[in-house]
Amino acid sequence: MDVGKQDTVTGRITTGHEWNGIEELETPIPRVVFLFLGAAFVFALICWVLYPTWPLIWTYSKGLLGFDQRATVTRQVEQAAADRSVWTTQVMDKSYTEIEADPALMHLVTETGRTLFIDKCAACHGVNATGGTGFPDLAAKAWLWGGEPETIEETIRIGINSTNADTRTSQMLAFGRDGMLQSGQIADVVAYVRSLSGLAPAEGDAARIEAGKQVFADNCTACHGEDAKGNKDVGAPDLTDANWLYGSDVQAVFTTVYSGRQGHMPNWGAKLPPLDIKILTLYVHSLKKVAP
Amino acid sequence: MVRLVSGMTVTERQIALVVLLALSLIGLAMAAGGRGDPMGAQGFVVLVFSVGLAFAVMAGYYAPEPDESRLTRYYDDPTKVGIVLTVIWAVVGMAVGVWVASLLAWPELTFVDQAWASFGRLRPVHTSGVIFGFGGNALIATSFHVLQRTSRARLPDQFTPWFVLIGYNLFCIVAASGYLMGITQSKEYAEPEWYADIWLVIVWVVYFLLYLRTLARRKEPHIYVANWYYMAFILVVAVLHIVNNLAVPVSWGHAKSYSLFSGVQDAMTEWWYGHNAVAFFLTSGFLGMMYYYLPKRAGRPIFSYRLSIISFWGITFFYMWAGSHHLHYTALPQWVQTLGMSFSIMLLVPSWASAGNALATLNGAWHKVRDDAVLRFMMVAAVFYGLSTFEGSFMAIRPVNSLSHYTDWTVGHVHAGALGWVAMITFGSLYALVPWMWKRETMYSPKLIEVHFWLALAGTIVYVFAMWNSGIIQGLMWRTYNDGGTLAYSFLDSVEAMHPYYIARAFGGLLFLSGAVVCASNVWLTIRAAQRERRGETGTDVPIVAGAMQAGE
Ligand code: HEC
Ligand code: HEC
Ligand code: HEM
Ligand code: HEM
Repeated sequence: MDVGKQDTVTGRITTGHEWNGIEELETPIPRVVFLFLGAAFVFALICWVLYPTWPLIWTYSKGLLGFDQRATVTRQVEQAAADRSVWTTQVMDKSYTEIEADPALMHLVTETGRTLFIDKCAACHGVNATGGTGFPDLAAKAWLWGGEPETIEETIRIGINSTNADTRTSQMLAFGRDGMLQSGQIADVVAYVRSLSGLAPAEGDAARIEAGKQVFADNCTACHGEDAKGNKDVGAPDLTDANWLYGSDVQAVFTTVYSGRQGHMPNWGAKLPPLDIKILTLYVHSLKKVAP
Repeated sequence: MVRLVSGMTVTERQIALVVLLALSLIGLAMAAGGRGDPMGAQGFVVLVFSVGLAFAVMAGYYAPEPDESRLTRYYDDPTKVGIVLTVIWAVVGMAVGVWVASLLAWPELTFVDQAWASFGRLRPVHTSGVIFGFGGNALIATSFHVLQRTSRARLPDQFTPWFVLIGYNLFCIVAASGYLMGITQSKEYAEPEWYADIWLVIVWVVYFLLYLRTLARRKEPHIYVANWYYMAFILVVAVLHIVNNLAVPVSWGHAKSYSLFSGVQDAMTEWWYGHNAVAFFLTSGFLGMMYYYLPKRAGRPIFSYRLSIISFWGITFFYMWAGSHHLHYTALPQWVQTLGMSFSIMLLVPSWASAGNALATLNGAWHKVRDDAVLRFMMVAAVFYGLSTFEGSFMAIRPVNSLSHYTDWTVGHVHAGALGWVAMITFGSLYALVPWMWKRETMYSPKLIEVHFWLALAGTIVYVFAMWNSGIIQGLMWRTYNDGGTLAYSFLDSVEAMHPYYIARAFGGLLFLSGAVVCASNVWLTIRAAQRERRGETGTDVPIVAGAMQAGE
């Protein structure tokens, strides 16, 4: 056995080895380490006894508590659903008018609707449902497809240009690309359409409005209506109001008429339970126009 | 360059050229076979890297051979280059860290609308850059140094250490450039694809053999404990790496591969790997570092030899079981989770024993800790090691994990360990090692070390506190219910609540990065000053008495 030296600071003996000047003391392992290890082991032992832990050949030790995370989570989910059913069954059973007449119930609905909406819909429609280019402002009440709760529910359920068999189909034709109108005619109709909502005409456009009116009457009224106020059956927007889905400057409107537009809205019936869709419908219907 | 090559014998230079030639052919084959696939671009990286190095070797090819007297000295050139690489990776990896932290605070900073500039691709550049680039180079560089001094044996030859160091950096470069191109196995900390993985296996086996060959020729009767830790690091990382990366490539010409495991087995394999990467890469290796540089700098004997041995076996044994605490409340069978949790609790004992052993070693040297920022780095590292392992064991308890999992609390824990422990012990060791290597009394500027210390400490504290706050707020928001029994907050609400903490984290990270830049400048100035002086051996390293050391082969 190598003979150690005594360390002057601690009074302990070294092991007698030295590596490039480094030595080690023969300090015995402090008692507290064993106590600590013992305590940790007891803790582990308690876990092993209470919970499923050790693999056996065909099964595993189940633990005294009979705890099973799948059973637990299933029970918790069922319990939470049962707790919520106090009001959710009312939502499912009552009509939209009845629910909206019940402020206490509406409070619960919109509270839940807000988080649902932000989690599922805000990516396209925005946190305040005010939309953006290509995504409609749901708070503006300038409905493409209709603002009755039943219609909104239908839109959410089957989607627009979605993969659902019954999907709503929104088709703004590509008049320029598909050769139905010449560029000049498009410029004319663009000038006319912009004038409908009282936008100041762009340079040289004032002269086009009259011709544009004719182009509109020949090509556009089938969907947008004689008065250009739109048609909710085909999702054609009202062109006389101040709401523009794809932008109101000449370039944007030109692109709309030249290349067409086909907005896409997922069919949520495939992803959300009827209860959630009803809550979302009520939430969307309850939205107030946000001051610009 | 020429000077580095001149340290090798002519035969070794020839071997180096052959290896580089083979490597450039592999690069060429990858570039040709992988046309139209990201693999092709990776091939060019390999090709440019190996051809460039071949030119460097050729430039020094006709330099005079080193004489026999070299065998009576330690071989430190690879350590020196490794130190420089460590510092470079530190700055690069942490700069990317600060950048991704800023992206989380201000996503609109993404400066070009290109995939490579997105958070998702830059994040692994950060994690691999700091763990593998910075941490790995630090471990390789210091292990060569510690191995020789504590064995009193020169590295067996002059080629192998270069192969390990340079080959490892090739792996890091291929990995990082691949992430930018979107190459990933989608396994955290094991992102590089099959060809990079195979290359790393070769490098790693050579590394382990190098260690064994040197130890076998040691002139000390006993193997110092630091070497146990370094060897555990090398050996276990090899096993983890091989098992977790078992995969079948789509074809020889494609970067993509499919894992041999699927479903929950894949998840368990990945986190068995991931957790033990923490254990044997970020803990074991750096404990090896600590067991050499801390007592050396403090001039004190290790507090307890026995404690260091039982902690070694405790850590090695307990860590292996703990990986499943990353998969609490998942599809993983519950019994595996309980096992992981209970072993994580017991793991705290050897972890704290190591931290305690380090701190008790400082008894009798506390006045030095006060005056010497280098020792203070090491002391703080030991404290953060203790803190982060306590936190880890706590977070491994299932109900606690149900709050912390998926939140920034995890990220806070990671960086308490990564900044407070891994980076601090590395910087402390580098500051001790650099003057020894370049034969100077001290670093160029002890003042700058002091500056670095406070930047690093402040940065770590800001970072960790920001993440604790944000993580716990996040966790609580996700489990708050309305009166009606539905979730009170949307996910986006919680993201908005994180904003101030993300700004704070980016700021803390910036402090830490500034410290690393200060370190890099100080190292650079020290090297330059040493080159100017070249007045001979004024270093403080223990001089080698003739015959007291085992010569190279
Ligand atoms: C992928 C983007 C996207 C998501 C997500 C989305 N929407 Fe839509 N939504 C649209 C688009 C685009 C339209 C307009 C389609 C069109 O041009 O007719 C639309 C239209 C609607 C309309 C019809 C508006 C009207 O004027 O008639 C309603 C109602 C609606 N969305 C509700 C929702 C709800 C509720 C959700 C969440 C469950 C949701 N949306 C999620 C894209 C989206
Ligand atoms: C087949 C039916 C159909 C015809 C014909 C049609 N539209 Fe449309 N139009 C639509 C639909 C549907 C939309 C909404 C598209 C969407 O929401 O994605 C629309 C949208 C538009 C818009 C965009 C409104 C906004 O808010 O941004 C403009 C402008 C427009 N149409 C102009 C015209 C003009 C001009 C013509 C005739 C040249 C025309 N449309 C003919 C169905 C039609
Ligand atoms: C300058 C200092 C640093 C900054 C600003 C920084 C920042 C970040 C950021 C923003 C993330 C992503 C977090 C997320 O996705 O939410 C991250 C992840 C990570 N960083 Fe750092 N980092 C720094 C230093 C380091 C160092 C030195 C190491 C290791 C030695 C490290 C290791 C990691 C790891 C392992 C992760 C992944 C964590 C996880 O997935 O849970 N970081 N870092
Ligand atoms: C006793 C020691 C330790 C234990 C028991 C432990 C435990 C844990 C736990 C429970 C998690 C969270 C898992 C999750 O919820 O996803 C975690 C994550 C992590 N820990 Fe530790 N930890 C320990 C020490 C350390 C140390 C010293 C470091 C080093 C630097 C570290 C690095 C990490 C990293 C990088 C992750 C993130 C993994 C990810 O990407 O999700 N840990 N650890």
